[in-house]
Amino acid sequence: MTPTRTQVSPGRIAPARSPLARMSQGRIPLGRIAAWVLLALAAVATIFPFYWMVRTALTPAADLYSDGVGLLPDNPTMINFLRVLGLTSVAESREAGGSGAKVDFLRYLLNSFVYCGLITVVQTLCCAMAGYAFARLRFPGRDLVFGLLVAALMVPPIFTLLPNFVLVKNLGWLNTFAGMVAPTVLMTPFAVFFLRQFFLSIPREIEEAATLDGVGGWGMFWRVVLPMSRGPLLTIGLTTAVWAWKDYLWPLLTGRDEETRVLTVALGIFLQQSPNTQPDWTGLMAGSTLTVLPVLVLLIFLGRRLVESLNFTGIK
Amino acid sequence: MVASKTATPRHRDDREVFLGAGAPAARPRRRDDRKVAWLFLAPVLVGFALFYAYPTVLGVYYSLTDYGLLAPPNLVGAENYRDLVNDDKFWNALKVTGYYVVLNIVSQTVLALALATVMHRLTQSVAVRAMLLVPWLVPNVTVGLLWMWMLDANIGFVNHVLRAVGLGTTGFLTSPTWAMPTIAGINTWAYTGYTALLLYAGMLQIPRYLYESASLDGAGEWRMFTRITLPLLRPVLALVLVVSLIGSFQIFDTVAVTIRNTPGGVTRVIYYYIYEQAFTNFRMGYASAIAVVLALLLGLLTVVQMRLLRASRSDLA
Repeated sequence: MTPTRTQVSPGRIAPARSPLARMSQGRIPLGRIAAWVLLALAAVATIFPFYWMVRTALTPAADLYSDGVGLLPDNPTMINFLRVLGLTSVAESREAGGSGAKVDFLRYLLNSFVYCGLITVVQTLCCAMAGYAFARLRFPGRDLVFGLLVAALMVPPIFTLLPNFVLVKNLGWLNTFAGMVAPTVLMTPFAVFFLRQFFLSIPREIEEAATLDGVGGWGMFWRVVLPMSRGPLLTIGLTTAVWAWKDYLWPLLTGRDEETRVLTVALGIFLQQSPNTQPDWTGLMAGSTLTVLPVLVLLIFLGRRLVESLNFTGIK
Repeated sequence: MVASKTATPRHRDDREVFLGAGAPAARPRRRDDRKVAWLFLAPVLVGFALFYAYPTVLGVYYSLTDYGLLAPPNLVGAENYRDLVNDDKFWNALKVTGYYVVLNIVSQTVLALALATVMHRLTQSVAVRAMLLVPWLVPNVTVGLLWMWMLDANIGFVNHVLRAVGLGTTGFLTSPTWAMPTIAGINTWAYTGYTALLLYAGMLQIPRYLYESASLDGAGEWRMFTRITLPLLRPVLALVLVVSLIGSFQIFDTVAVTIRNTPGGVTRVIYYYIYEQAFTNFRMGYASAIAVVLALLLGLLTVVQMRLLRASRSDLA
């Protein structure tokens, strides 16, 4: 916005009072009460299902029909977590409501971390390099190549998914991390586009000063530009990490085996292994909790950054 | 890649050229950074060529073939597209997807707009925003399972509550009428907070003094919403709407997790139909033809999105 638009015209200068103080002047602030109620309702609707998930995970499967309505289950237990993590014997697991099929969520959790971590780190670095080249370096064909990349934003993932599956299959990469990360580990058009826009916004003077100090293209990027770009790199890295954490269809197609199975795929398979007509809810909720915990850790350490990252990336 | 052979020694002399010219303009130099540029671009170009450009071309080719994964593709011309026109399941999948998109987008946008407005006028709290974002951060598979359990026909929490207040229980996902609205509701739950945060970011761009002077003139909150917030948010709102639409058309995870519980085909959305044709029936060619149709549809929406993106910049920049 332009500076003139934000200036208050002289006749309009209001005493500096908080909006809340002004709103509560005079009449009973019914509207404000309604607004707080709406916000509280949203909070409850958001949090309650997660509470219920954890509560179910702590309930013995045998109690599921008879359990009371207390804050915690009548007989809280860790057995569901232990059995989905593969820390109990098959007999114990079956007794606690499992199907007896092998479940090893510890393994799947690690697989998810590998999948997510590889894609996030490598993709962010590669896209930063390319974004810098498109923003700052001069070479023939630059605008053409960049135009092609942006055009790829228009191709929906399902379209490239089928041929990519064939390609990965023909390479013999099914059920390997190489095959699972292949399509996204080097780039996504959006990350390149986003980082290029950021690099364009850095003042040139800094690089020009570094040029006078004899810093060349490669060194300029690693020693001058990257250290200045921690914020946007973290933003795009977080966006990628969240995407990879949630990814389901591609890992389902390319990484079903135990050795490469990520949490989302594992939950889907676990659901299908249910022994009876009723799914193994206590086990499933224990597994689901494991997909939520890392997200909470992320929010605790990077909550502000994550929330504010939506200001840039969300509207893409 | 091409890097080494296109190298020129010229860019080393950059500094001299720059200093020698002594021009006041910011970019008087005529540089060529070919060598180092290709080095910077190599990983992204490899990734782009192998996993974006090549499969895009290949996808169109597959759509013109009969391909069952085992034997090589066999060119059949437009046959897949002709089949498509007469395929009731395809049309049904389109219809189901459309139904879902309308339910999901309407409820999600209205709720998100309300939440964003409330946050904008009441609280700047990061904690509140972070909390609202949790359902979006969690895998859709988890969300699907969680709600399948909450809505379980016999012992789900929601039916406990319905029983307690004297209403009859519902199967939700097992009901032919309610399965699709239920899925739409689940995804609305998952994406409302995220959408609200995007709209909230848009609202932060509206100059505060507008609200202050309107308030001095005696305008109430509702009036400020309809006269200030809505009109000035319009470009951002339109953009968020199109982004949500594109995402909504690609619903898959929630449907895939719950489909064994839902009555035959009522939740078979277009994405799931493609998946089923390709990986259950091994009709790669046919699946690719459906994907082409979907891609054209989404491509059209993306063009609209790009237009809006430009429009929103000129409006609020």
